[in-house]
Amino acid sequence: MSAKADVHVHIPKVRTLVLVWLALICLTGMTTGVSYVDLGWMNIVVALLIAVFKASLVAWIFMGVRHTTSLTKLFVVAGLVWLGIMILITCSDYSTRNWTYQAQPWATNPAAGTSR
Amino acid sequence: MAETVVSVDERAVGETHLRHHFATPAQQTDAATLGMWTFLITEVLFFGGMFAAYAVYRNMYLDAFASTSEYMNVVLGGTNTAVLICSSLTMVLAVRAAQLSNRRHTILFLILTMIFGTAFLVIKGFEYYSKWVEHLVPGPYFHYAIPQFQQHAQILFFLYFCMTGMHALHMIVGLGLLTFLLTQTYRRVFSATYFAPMEMIGLYWHFVDIVWIFLFPLLYLIGHRK
Repeated sequence: MSAKADVHVHIPKVRTLVLVWLALICLTGMTTGVSYVDLGWMNIVVALLIAVFKASLVAWIFMGVRHTTSLTKLFVVAGLVWLGIMILITCSDYSTRNWTYQAQPWATNPAAGTSR
Repeated sequence: MAETVVSVDERAVGETHLRHHFATPAQQTDAATLGMWTFLITEVLFFGGMFAAYAVYRNMYLDAFASTSEYMNVVLGGTNTAVLICSSLTMVLAVRAAQLSNRRHTILFLILTMIFGTAFLVIKGFEYYSKWVEHLVPGPYFHYAIPQFQQHAQILFFLYFCMTGMHALHMIVGLGLLTFLLTQTYRRVFSATYFAPMEMIGLYWHFVDIVWIFLFPLLYLIGHRK
């Protein structure tokens, strides 16, 4: 059996790779520049959005996710979903730890008329 | 650089790298890629734990964390980001050259990738040194200029050294793997039909780049405008 016939290789164009590199460099400059502009709470959101976009470019083009099987793509997405679950549930835990039980008058005040 | 696939030596094709438990080379490549991504996902979750810790403490001590950006060197951090992006480009070009069985270019781009990787670590070393001198390494000698943030800023610097330290360790491992690729290429192990280790180690190298893409804004840029 000839192995050659079965090899399916996606050889990326140099132009595509250089364009992605250029985009990544520009986005690095952009994220640095925008960090000096006061956007309030949006600063962190913009910084993370740019980072996610850069990471997606690296994964999609440089890591060749676009040419992988559906199963590999599913694994990548599943990994990100688990990452989301971990961060989301950890944050929801910590952000609600200081929630104390507020005694409501209708529940605790004996003068309110509740009797056994 | 040649755009067409270089014809393969028939002996190299006959001496196939196809393992007996795979039906086709394509299936073998798909299996290797899936396995590598599975490993990378465990790595994502490993770093994710530290990112989760960062998220929790940043929300708790927003002002203390924001104040630390003044002690981060944005120029060096930004340079390192660019250096890593360049190393990712040369890595993907090395894989491409291997796919085209262009041995000379493979070696050239692997060496360039290693130079960029080493440059990153050297710059990181200078940053660590200045942190050491400025008493910003967590521990008994940690000293922060803003007294009320002494404790909480220390948490950020602890996370800083954990995250960048683990990242740097991954870079060092990556440099070892690149050395392996370089010797294998030099020995003419790879051909147009066999370059799986190049692709897989390439995936690892790009993953390490992605980790830094998130570390840079979170550690260096958060405090300019909080």
